[in-house]
Amino acid sequence: MTAVRGTPTLVRLALRLDRVKLTVWILGLTVVVIAMASAFQGLYPTVPSRQAFGLAVSTNPSLRALIGPLFDATSIGGLVAWRAGPVLVLAGLMGMQTVVRHTRLEEETGRHELVGSGVVGRYAALTAALATAFGAGLGTAALIAGGLVALGLEAAGSVAFGLAVACNVWAFAAVAALTAQSTSSARAANGVAGAVLGLSYLLRALGDSAATGDALARLSWLSPIGWTQQLRPFADERWWVLGLIAAFVVVVAGIAYALVSRRDVDAGLLTDRPGPATADPSLRSPLGLAWRLQRGALLWWTIGFAIAGLAIGGVADGVGDIVGDNPQLADVFEQLGGAEALVDAFIAAVMGILGLIAAVYAVQATLRLRAEEVGLRAEQVLATSVTRAPWVASHLLLAIAGTALLLAVGGGAVGLMHGVRTGDVSGQVPAVIGGGLAQLPAALVLAGVALALFGVLPRLVTVSWALIAMTLLISQIGPVLQLDQWVLNIAPFTHVPRLPGAEMTWTPLLWLSAVAAVSIALGFAGFRRRDIG
Amino acid sequence: MNAVIDISGLSKSFGRTRALDGLDLTVQRDEVHGFLGPNGAGKSTTIRILLGLLRADAGSARVLGGDPWRDVAALHRRLAYVPGDVTLWPTLSGGEIIDLLGRLRGGLDTRRRAELLERFELDPTKKARTYSKGNRQKVALVAALSSDVELLLLDEPTAGLDPLMEAAFRDCIAEERKRGRSVLLSSHILAEVEALCDRVSIIRSGRIVESGTLADLRHLTRTSVTAELAHVPAGLADMPGVHNVGVDGMLVRCEVDNERLDDLLRVVSQAGVRSLISQPPTLEQLFLRHYEAEPATAVSS
Repeated sequence: MTAVRGTPTLVRLALRLDRVKLTVWILGLTVVVIAMASAFQGLYPTVPSRQAFGLAVSTNPSLRALIGPLFDATSIGGLVAWRAGPVLVLAGLMGMQTVVRHTRLEEETGRHELVGSGVVGRYAALTAALATAFGAGLGTAALIAGGLVALGLEAAGSVAFGLAVACNVWAFAAVAALTAQSTSSARAANGVAGAVLGLSYLLRALGDSAATGDALARLSWLSPIGWTQQLRPFADERWWVLGLIAAFVVVVAGIAYALVSRRDVDAGLLTDRPGPATADPSLRSPLGLAWRLQRGALLWWTIGFAIAGLAIGGVADGVGDIVGDNPQLADVFEQLGGAEALVDAFIAAVMGILGLIAAVYAVQATLRLRAEEVGLRAEQVLATSVTRAPWVASHLLLAIAGTALLLAVGGGAVGLMHGVRTGDVSGQVPAVIGGGLAQLPAALVLAGVALALFGVLPRLVTVSWALIAMTLLISQIGPVLQLDQWVLNIAPFTHVPRLPGAEMTWTPLLWLSAVAAVSIALGFAGFRRRDIG
Repeated sequence: MNAVIDISGLSKSFGRTRALDGLDLTVQRDEVHGFLGPNGAGKSTTIRILLGLLRADAGSARVLGGDPWRDVAALHRRLAYVPGDVTLWPTLSGGEIIDLLGRLRGGLDTRRRAELLERFELDPTKKARTYSKGNRQKVALVAALSSDVELLLLDEPTAGLDPLMEAAFRDCIAEERKRGRSVLLSSHILAEVEALCDRVSIIRSGRIVESGTLADLRHLTRTSVTAELAHVPAGLADMPGVHNVGVDGMLVRCEVDNERLDDLLRVVSQAGVRSLISQPPTLEQLFLRHYEAEPATAVSS
């Protein structure tokens, strides 16, 4: 027991540090699910209306890929369990970040050393981080299940769906425990765990897009996200799947524990190779430094966008397999944000999602400025002859160019794969790249707001992430909830023309660019006159 | 004008905390100026204002004849800074960081760089992530010292260095002074200050409480006197400028303000001196007096 001594204290510390973050996460996930259930009750009050909707969805491979399989369309619960599929991914993100925050980040910043010198066992930090994440998952499950039951949904299914969400928190908490032990920075630990999460989504998407009985369908069973969907809430729950998740968590977390005892504090499993004794000639300007700091992340993001784009392009023409005049299906696409021809609308909707993900990159790359400042590295650069504006511009430039690159690569990959399958590579590639780049101004609005916060209210830069979450909610589930247009208009992506398919309109893009430019100017002006640190 | 740093009436508050409260400080060209004071007295805040990282609320600060807030690029080419808490980019090697900071400052002397790496026994190929605190400090020192600048701003630069490296540091600073560079050196290490500094300023609660050469400062403080006498003179404890009188038989111990030493000796000599030891204050006593004294009045004012 001495190896875990001090765990309760560390759990209390973690809860104290995370009281806002975890509360927002847990309530956010719960509200999304409950709001969906309540909206579906209004939209599809009768069994026939639900079945018509369900038929349209479950026969469509593209929708199955994007959101997940629909197992039972007769009940509201069945529809919720399907449509809330993306919540499972977000739950994984919550579990992963919580664990990295309380293990590798604490170690990297040296805070763990302070704690570790007290009466704290070797495994206490990891145990406390996992306990915190597991508790958060359990809390989310309880709130979701309680909320669904309160709406009058079947109890067993409600509990099963709550557990499905929690299982993703737990599974990716375990994955993060492993990556936190095997990498030597929080950034890398989150990056690798995030890649596992992305891969799990992708495997599930490919598997679910395949017809039943197809060998490809087995891919879903390689993904923890796929397992939790196979728990089949509200559709004859298969409780034994929980055992599968439990085994996964035990094995993965077990390896993480084994690693703890094999490595030194602050070291990773992968040791650092020596670097060059002198700097490359390119490392001579703020931009050179920013590129050096950001290039690794950008490379991985680009690879991710390319893989996701190829996968999406591969399933896109599946939408065309469906009888085109199904009104319920048209409804679904309306909800996903598209309009015109089905395939184009599907690709346009996917571009909207890629745009939002690219905005996450844009904000993260912009907020590197704040990380450099808080980490006291900025002051060393600003104590040289580098002035403030060029320093800010260096990271911002990479954020803008990187976002454009991601959107072009993502769009190009979708267009390439879709073009290959439809025999129209030369037409599809430029069209879909255009659809990707059309998202750029909207993504830059979010980056611009992040920069404005950095310049004017630096303590509140994390509000940028809340804005991303709000944009995600508005653009992804706003239409399902049939929110008023003025609410939808808050999200910058609402204004992006749905390319390919829809008419290209420059006016909204120019407006978005103007808003981004003003925010950026505000950020520069604010940063010029404020204190550093 | 011969002052490289000229600060008068500088004030800076963070929220309700008053970090600097009318600070005056002058550093002359070619001098190594010690900047001392207890933790939280405002040393780093002063240096960060001199670097243009913070903006003063009131008062004026001139660095190398320029305004540290406005003339950033021009001034920073002529000065180098070593922070007290050096954090580096974990994925860059020490050598890369030294080159980067040197180039951003406007160039560095590669021969001097190589020489410093050897003196500080620093391996430049290691990733910054793997450096200890002392090694991170060395990276910043090598980067600063291998640049051709007029002024060095050093904020507790030897925190984390081992005694051998500290000696290497002292040698380097002594050389820098010979080359005609000016140094503002914030430090807690008295031996270092005594060995290097021409003048010192002591800061407390955001103000300079004492400034001058070490000889000046010594002069301002008390001398310890121990005397064995034929009889103990009456009223010794009530004499102006005489403190902490202790009598043990015929042995008298006391401290006396230097300007009253003469008065005391006159009294003592009339009491039949058998032996007399007079000790100038040690540096440590000098600083402790300033570090400890009157904390209550400083905060409440």
